[in-house]
Order: sequence, then structure tokens, then C-alpha cells
Amino acid sequence: MNLRRDVFQAIADPTRRAILLLVASQSMTAGAIASNFDTARPTVSKHLQILTECELLEQVQNGREIHYHLNPQKIKEIADFVEPFREMWGDRFNKLEAVMKKYKSKK
Amino acid sequence: MEQKTKINAEPGKQELVITREFDLPLELLFKAYVEPEIVEQWMGTKVLKLENKKHGSWQFETSDAQGNVVFQANGVIHEFVPNRKITRTFEMENAPFDVQLEFLEFEKLTDDTSKLNMHIVYRSVALRDQLLKLPFAQGINMAHDRLQDIVSKLR
Repeated sequence: MNLRRDVFQAIADPTRRAILLLVASQSMTAGAIASNFDTARPTVSKHLQILTECELLEQVQNGREIHYHLNPQKIKEIADFVEPFREMWGDRFNKLEAVMKKYKSKK
Repeated sequence: MEQKTKINAEPGKQELVITREFDLPLELLFKAYVEPEIVEQWMGTKVLKLENKKHGSWQFETSDAQGNVVFQANGVIHEFVPNRKITRTFEMENAPFDVQLEFLEFEKLTDDTSKLNMHIVYRSVALRDQLLKLPFAQGINMAHDRLQDIVSKLR
């Protein structure tokens, strides 16, 4: 069922969020990223794999090294996902305001 | 442009906060939550029961044009302080979402403006995220339906 990693599941983990913040400032190798954490290297690798699978990170070959980049497009998708929810409530409250303004003038 | 309705949903938390400033005096804003016939108008649902008191309960029901019930929700009121606060539970019937706890706080800003602070607590982080994504998913489905309409007309 869960063929593709859910991007929201990916950002629910605090270590993975820390990795994203770290890579946001500059692209880094897996080793450089791991050196920022106390967690075992294979654990960090697993986090990197998940972040790459859901396209939050991109791998770029740089000579003999692989650098991890942030994918801003995917980050924007996450930032935007709450917008329809906000609009739904915005519409509802606009209606409330309109109904009550009419109610007031009727009195 | 600053948005009037704000959503604060921190990642990894099982709660969210919705805030909105209204161009209405506090008393009118509160009334919109209390009077069944007014609730019906802005929520677009039928109010079967709305007991505005501690230990009271409420029940809403929405039907489509054919009279089929499409949405049912109910809950109990835990705290009711006129023009200040309503604490209540919210549960959608026949839906795989657990009950949620809602804290509604009403605040006077000026004589003609007021503010609503709605704090919702869900059973789990996963459930909150799922419900947050619901309108997003529906939006995608609607866009998909529109696309299908256009494509089918092209044929």
C-alpha cells in the first residue's frame, strides 16, 4: 500500500527536520551531515534515503562525492498544502460575518 | 496582503489553532455560535440540537438536494461562558476520524471588532495531518474532475 513515502511523514520526524534545516543553508555530503548528529551514521543514512525518496532532497554528483541539495519546489508544496484548509475556514467566517451584518441592520 | 483567517499547525503536534478577526461587535460574533437559525445560515447545515450550557450537547445534520443525509456531526459542551468561551467536543458520524476537542475563545478588540481563537486538539498527529490535508485532497479531486470534463468535451 505504502509504495511511495509520504512527504508529511518525512517531516514529522525531528531529526529529518533538522537535516532539512542544515542542508537549506548549503549542499552537503552525507558524511558532513552525519557529523552534525550524535546518531549513528547508518541511522542518518536511512533518514537521507527517506528524504531523497520523497524528493525533499536531491543528490548531485560532484566529482567523487555526492552532495545533498534541498528541493525548494517540494518544500513549497508542503508550505502550500494547508492553504485550502485555511480557505475553507476563511469562506465559512466570511459568511458568518455577512450573515451577522445583515442581522444587525435588520434590528 | 495579510490574511484575516490564520492557521497555526506546527509540524509534529496533534493540535492546531485557527484565528480570525471579525468586523463585528463581540456580542454579535458570539450570537452566531449560539442561535440555531444563525448557525444554520453560515455553517450551511441543519441544527437538530444545540444546548448552550455546561453538559449540554449538540447535533448537526446536512442533506443534499435529494434529501439524502451527507454529513452528521455531534458533540457535548463542557464549558459555556457567554461572550467569552465555549469548550466542546466535535465528532463526525460515519467517518474514520476520532472525536476532537475544541476550545473557542471570543475576545473584544474594539466596540465594532472582535476576535475568535479556535484551538483544536486531535487524538494523534497523524489524524490532525490527515484532516488538515482533506480540503487539499478534495481540491485536487475537483481539479481532476474539471480536467476530465474538459477532456471529455474535447472528444
